[in-house]
Amino acid sequence: MDNLFYAMAFIIFLTGFWIMLSHANLIKKIIGMNIMESAIFLFLVAIGYVKDGNAPIIAETNPGITYVNPLPSALILTGIVVSVSVTAFALGLVVRLYQHYGTVDVDEITRMRSEEL
Amino acid sequence: MKIALEVITLVMIGLLLVLVVREMPPFGNPTNPVHNEVSEYYLSNTQAETGVQNVVAAIITDYRGFDTLGELTVLLTAIAGLLAVLRS
Amino acid sequence: MRDIIVQVVARMMIPYLQLYGLYIILFGHNSPGGGFAGGTVIASSLILYVLAFGIDDEDLRLSGSVARVIESCGALAYVGIGLAGIFLGANFLSNKGAGFPLGIPGRFLSGGTIVLLTISIGLKVASTMITLFTNLAEKEKEEE
Repeated sequence: MDNLFYAMAFIIFLTGFWIMLSHANLIKKIIGMNIMESAIFLFLVAIGYVKDGNAPIIAETNPGITYVNPLPSALILTGIVVSVSVTAFALGLVVRLYQHYGTVDVDEITRMRSEEL
Repeated sequence: MKIALEVITLVMIGLLLVLVVREMPPFGNPTNPVHNEVSEYYLSNTQAETGVQNVVAAIITDYRGFDTLGELTVLLTAIAGLLAVLRS
Repeated sequence: MRDIIVQVVARMMIPYLQLYGLYIILFGHNSPGGGFAGGTVIASSLILYVLAFGIDDEDLRLSGSVARVIESCGALAYVGIGLAGIFLGANFLSNKGAGFPLGIPGRFLSGGTIVLLTISIGLKVASTMITLFTNLAEKEKEEE
């Protein structure tokens, strides 16, 4: 049971996926997408851990220190910014949908759009 | 009906992910395939070539500064899209 | 959310939040932090102001036109530093090959272009978060 971090990351991913599938409210779907992305970031950062390693800030104390792998942490910063941007843009689209249709329920909106055509 | 479909989908994806977790190398092992010569180079040559102590900051602004420029483009595009949708 | 306790605590906390965010940005090359984390902390102080005092109060709020100018300055400063690398004879966004002074590791002024790039990233992220928040928040209704 030493792969506990990977298993927890996948449990959080499945929770986010279930939230996206089961609710009909659009804002709850967006929250589920955000939870899925956080689980993916946890998984990718936990790959780079070294047992008994320090943070990768070189302070010139003694030359025999083991450091954690710095490369996954540096590449996930980019992913976090993309996640925030996608969530913000999706929320803007939901606000616009609410102003036009008057509801944030996906089944109601589909029914209204099929009656319009 | 809907709940049954959801549960079946989740169980299938969950089985796939459990198989992936069983195949991963052990957590925290220094001989993982992730720790190759790229991270060794970054950890040993950062202070001589860039003069800063934070290896992650040196990676995202100096060695891979072009990716951070793409980052700023993503932020700019998100703001432009949001303002175009909300203020039409 | 116009409680008196929230307003008093927010009034005490906002300067310390901004000082902390500024420390994270400026010392991003010697201790953990960097541009993205510091920009988010500075933006969170202004969001706390809007949440505690309402969106109609225009005292400390960053208005839309000012936020747009700061964001454009951040992006243009990043590209400008990259082009300065070309004018000095090396590749785009190069640090040591273009002749920037590297300094002693551990001091504040070290690393060549790294401090300037971190400041421009922090400005851009802070203004982006502020613009996102103030465009998605509703206007206060007239009746309370």
